[in-house]
Amino acid sequence: MLLIPCPWCGPRDEAEFHYGGQAHVAYPADPAALSDEEWARYLFFRDNPKGRFAERWSHTAGCRRWFTLTRDTATGVFESEAGA
Amino acid sequence: MTSRRREGVAGETLRFRYDGRDYEGLRGDTLAAALLANGVRAVVRSGGLGRPRGIYASWTEEPNALVQIEEPFPEPMLQATTVELYDGLVATGLGGRGRLADRPDPARYDAVHAHCDVLVVGAGPAGLAAATAAAASGARVILADDRPAAGGCLPDTGETVDGVSGTTWAAGMLAELAGRPEARVLPRTTVFGYYDDNYLVAVERREEGAASRERIWRIRARRVVLATGAHERPIAFAGNDRPGVMLAGAARAYANRYGVLAGRRAVVFTTGDGAYDAARDLAAAGVEIAAVADVRRDAHALDEALAVAGPLAGTEVLTGHVVTGVGSAPDGSVASVTVSGPSGEREIEADLLLVSGGWNPVVHLFSQSGGALRFDEELHAFVPGEAAQAVEVAGAARGVYTLAGCLEDGVATGTRAAEAAGFRVPPHPVPAAERVTALPSGRLWLVPADDYETHFVDLQREVTVADVMRATGAGLRSVEHVKRYTTAGTAHDQGKLFGVLTSAVVAHATGVEIGDLGTTTFRAPYAPVSFAALAGRDRGMLHDPVRVTSLHGWHAAHGALFENVGQWKRPWYYPRPGEDMETAVLRECRAVREGAGAMDASTLGKIDVQGPDAAEFLDRLYTNMMSTLKVGAIRYGVMCRADGMVFDDGTVMRLAEDRFLATTTTGNAAAVLDWMEEWLQTEWPSLRVYCTSVTEHWATVALAGPRSREVLAGLAPGLAVDAASFPFMTWRDAEVAGIPARVCRISFSGELAYEINVNAWDGLALWEAVVGTGVVTPYGTETMHVLRAEKGYPIIGQDTDGTVTPADLGMDWVVSKKKADFVGKRSHARADTSRPDRKHLVGLLPEDPGLLLPEGAHLVATSRLPEPPVRALGHVTSSYRSAALGRTFALALVSGGRERIGERLYVPLGGDPVPVTVTHHVLYDPEGARRDG
Ligand SMILES: [Zn+2]
Repeated sequence: MLLIPCPWCGPRDEAEFHYGGQAHVAYPADPAALSDEEWARYLFFRDNPKGRFAERWSHTAGCRRWFTLTRDTATGVFESEAGA
Repeated sequence: MTSRRREGVAGETLRFRYDGRDYEGLRGDTLAAALLANGVRAVVRSGGLGRPRGIYASWTEEPNALVQIEEPFPEPMLQATTVELYDGLVATGLGGRGRLADRPDPARYDAVHAHCDVLVVGAGPAGLAAATAAAASGARVILADDRPAAGGCLPDTGETVDGVSGTTWAAGMLAELAGRPEARVLPRTTVFGYYDDNYLVAVERREEGAASRERIWRIRARRVVLATGAHERPIAFAGNDRPGVMLAGAARAYANRYGVLAGRRAVVFTTGDGAYDAARDLAAAGVEIAAVADVRRDAHALDEALAVAGPLAGTEVLTGHVVTGVGSAPDGSVASVTVSGPSGEREIEADLLLVSGGWNPVVHLFSQSGGALRFDEELHAFVPGEAAQAVEVAGAARGVYTLAGCLEDGVATGTRAAEAAGFRVPPHPVPAAERVTALPSGRLWLVPADDYETHFVDLQREVTVADVMRATGAGLRSVEHVKRYTTAGTAHDQGKLFGVLTSAVVAHATGVEIGDLGTTTFRAPYAPVSFAALAGRDRGMLHDPVRVTSLHGWHAAHGALFENVGQWKRPWYYPRPGEDMETAVLRECRAVREGAGAMDASTLGKIDVQGPDAAEFLDRLYTNMMSTLKVGAIRYGVMCRADGMVFDDGTVMRLAEDRFLATTTTGNAAAVLDWMEEWLQTEWPSLRVYCTSVTEHWATVALAGPRSREVLAGLAPGLAVDAASFPFMTWRDAEVAGIPARVCRISFSGELAYEINVNAWDGLALWEAVVGTGVVTPYGTETMHVLRAEKGYPIIGQDTDGTVTPADLGMDWVVSKKKADFVGKRSHARADTSRPDRKHLVGLLPEDPGLLLPEGAHLVATSRLPEPPVRALGHVTSSYRSAALGRTFALALVSGGRERIGERLYVPLGGDPVPVTVTHHVLYDPEGARRDG
């Protein structure tokens, strides 16, 4: 079970969190201006790297805040931990 | 039965029964030790081949002696080598599967969450040295060991430390740890799983009389020291499964730890020096050592090593020899051993064959932690390589096999771990032990032969070298594939004795180096764990929370049957004496359509949405316009995901300019709140909005039917209830039955209806007042479902499945054309969401008006099923008997459904498909004339 560093609560068990997928996929400013393909890219396409990945987490069983962390998907190590 | 107990061994006598016969053992015995003491050699018959099998090992690596405990409580598939003997134990040997208990387990199981600076796994010489060194720093240390007593192999070998017996030394170490307030020792505790971020899970088998029978420990450790020891290795040779074939170290353990001799006359078959120590101890205990077959050819070195006075002096050592056959007694156990080598072939009479193929470091937990393994060519074994977590390995678990080396390694590793966790370890003495030098070991995995049908590679799974060769002959090259093809190394073994041997045989058969081939993946659990222990207290009522409304007691007292909706218990229907479900529901439906009914609607999710930007926020999340709602008014709303599919629906009331109350479906309340929070926090942090769940604050009574206005008027004399003063889709604060209430005029049945909300603690009083009028019939969720379905109102999650748009539901009217955007809007303009063959919500009338279609049934176009594949046009989502329609009906999602209204389709129900007519989804009062009463 991962130990996830919540920026508000500190390190907590993974079971307290919900995973939110890839980070920095912003809701388009003007969806109506996008082509079907561009909109589909926003809706359905996500990266799936082996290695560095910025991802969203929500501390649902704690402070209920959303935040972004970068994790190495191959090792499970969060960057803030690696840097500490 | 003759006793095989060493002279002078005494203790408390315990009686037990095995396979229907009564025996006696001593306190401190395992069941296996007690059976051996009674001369029981063939303890089980193997499940597949029916071959007699004996005790092979002395602890958790045992492959043969699987038993079913009958008394005190039935437990299947335990290893006789790990079952502590107690008075009155009743057990039977198992060839194959065990039996689960047929009665409830009265024991309690528990869980503990723990944190520590250093977790030491294993209380052998290395683990004890590591734990005491680490604990001297003041670090929080947990020492977990799977044995009842500390010391690891010391009681097995009888070695001395610091000039005292190994067990005395171990007791001293425990006493030292007991004096450290931050140290905790967990005996009988098997660490069986090593997960991310140094999260380890262990099971503790507690002593008789403890508050629980077993406890799961979930431990988060800053640093981990694995001092898990090594397993002696079997060798594959013909007849290596006979009772009386035993690991040399196991026989030594039975002699030294339990005072039990596993045989009278032994042949030793070894690749290294370790077996000589075993043979020496057994000889000293009175076992005749007939010969030692040593695969090593360097006779000169061996002679020198053995040229010692003592029990083995004069023992014949056959260098360069292997065991090629085992002769058996009538019970199938060893009667003779055939050895061959440079001196030729010889049959030696013996009842015990001690095997030592070298040692495998117990790398299971290290490998589970993500650490790499490498093959050490000198040790002929896989040892820990690069670590992936904050873990270190000490002692035999990393290939240090001498006692002095383990003690030294333990102190160094424990010190390193505590310092890495931020503690300073004072200079710590290394316990002293005799230094011995061992000769290099030989390497032998299997004895070459023409026929490999009884060369067992896995005794429990009954996999032979021949089986492995069949697998490689079929083209399998990966040891992972061979494992799955043959099952070698699975079940209790989990690679303890037979994983590396399987790799070796695969390497041999395919002509590759074992170091290049590697091992199979080690996975949790290291040793078997009962589901009861894993479940802990989370069973029965504690398995999942049960949520009930403030009216629950009334429903139960009035005979309601309940339906589970999420974690909620909702009244399903209220049968009267003699009524079945169908009659009760038809009666309740009629009551609502013709008079008045009341339903407990308290479980609907309720979210208080407040803030200056609340209206703007709801405009962005709902498909329709909420900002234009007037204070005092209510609007039905639908939410979509960004992909345009319906996510939830409910009503929104405007309580003030900056305050709304949104209701959600019962099962989706938490998800909708999460959804709101996600958008607020991640996309629109500038919106000043606060969302709060208030579901449990309110009790809600739905009052529905043509007489509901009259009932409400009687209960709320201060409230103007006429249609002009209190129009549809508005709310009013009023006193109802003397209780402060918020009354909403909304309807989920198509009838004139109200929802009366009061503080949860006033719910029962309100309900009793409503029902106490004498004209109101309580109704449950089934009636609610029928009534809403007659009106074509979908239940999100029943009539929809995450692929349905508002337009598919025929609810274009709920989608704003004026708003520039809302979540999901852009998706409604995708080509896919306007395809003409999308599934639409429609009604279905079976041509047989008494036929109730099963929900989930598929729809096809033809009265006879063509050859598969058959294209399904859609499926039935809701199906009921209608009192108002006087017949059955259904809702369905049907491809191009709205264009098919009036068409006949068919539902295959096993026999010939039955005909149904497609209709508009609103079947009752399509003009909506009844909602005003
Ligand atoms: Zn938090």
